Amino acid sequence: MLSTAIMISTTLVCISLMLNLWRLFKGPGRPDRILALDTMYINSIALIILFGISAGTALYFEAALLIAMLGFVSTVAMCKYILRGDLIE
Amino acid sequence: MNPQPRFRFLPMPFHSVLLLIVWLLLNNTVSFGHIVLGSFLALTIPMLTAGMQNPQPRFHRPLIMIRYAIMVLGDIIVANFEVALLVLGPSKKLQPAFIAVPIDIVNELPITILASTVSLTPGTVSAEVSEDKNWLYVHVLHMTDKDELIATIKQRYEQPLTEIFAC
Amino acid sequence: MEFWIEVVVSAFLIFGGVFVFIGSLGLAKLPDFYTRLHAPTKATTLGMGSLLVASSVMITYQQGYLSLHELLITLFLLITAPVTAHMIAKTALHHKLHIIDRTTGKTSAKNARKRESSEEHSA
Repeated sequence: MLSTAIMISTTLVCISLMLNLWRLFKGPGRPDRILALDTMYINSIALIILFGISAGTALYFEAALLIAMLGFVSTVAMCKYILRGDLIE
Repeated sequence: MNPQPRFRFLPMPFHSVLLLIVWLLLNNTVSFGHIVLGSFLALTIPMLTAGMQNPQPRFHRPLIMIRYAIMVLGDIIVANFEVALLVLGPSKKLQPAFIAVPIDIVNELPITILASTVSLTPGTVSAEVSEDKNWLYVHVLHMTDKDELIATIKQRYEQPLTEIFAC
Repeated sequence: MEFWIEVVVSAFLIFGGVFVFIGSLGLAKLPDFYTRLHAPTKATTLGMGSLLVASSVMITYQQGYLSLHELLITLFLLITAPVTAHMIAKTALHHKLHIIDRTTGKTSAKNARKRESSEEHSA
């Protein structure tokens, strides 16, 4: 039952990644693209966590934490860049 | 506040405890060696960074803070179900709106907490704070009653914050 | 593995997957930017939370010690999600992104934008 649940969950996350990718290509505005990228970061954390559960190790936790931190910082940096046209004032 | 901060052994006790807890969580252990190393980091990092800190209002009522956090966690789960139903339903029926919520609290930390709470709970995202910090501009996904929503935000979320920070 | 742990972990996994999916579905289908912003900030956060709880229960059972470090990611996402939402909403307001016509209270949006630009002049 657990492997079935992991399969279903992974499928849902992969479909969500495709939807995010569609939004990333379609736009229409730059904020839409940033939002799509941010959601993609979070969904890829979900994918890594699911892989960690199916492999039965806690090794992938660090990767997930790093992606979470870098995703947050890069989203804020991109927002700041298109808001002010500069990163460090 | 004072221009020449005096050296203190434990400048930020709350942050020190937080650092120790995060260190132990990060290593996923409570072994003696990690407690010693974590305590060392929790003592030295606040000493080095105390000069960079902006003065923030104190937590006057920590018990209310804990109750507030639990209430917000419950609200997040309820709000998520509401938003999920709205997303799955027909999007033609949505009635999005921009509203301006008057806020009475003045300090930056309480306003930040209020804006974050508003973003995480029922169908609202905070978009901007006015320059004089009197208005919080909020986007609502599906608005049924404007006055009721503003009253809810003020009573349910702002009232405990004014008690916690006593301002 | 004991049956009830399997049931709990599977329930959390399916629940989390469904919520992550709903977040992305909202991102893809809702009509304008501001409504789209709601889905990923809320639904995805809860979905991630329940996936991480599932992982925590699973690792705790398998390794035999209490594994709480998944809580760190959950807390981090809970703290950062409103901040990113606020930043992106601010960016969109400033760029005068199209607001769908049936939105009420557009004057508030205009006011918010004006406050922002007046802040820019004084800065």
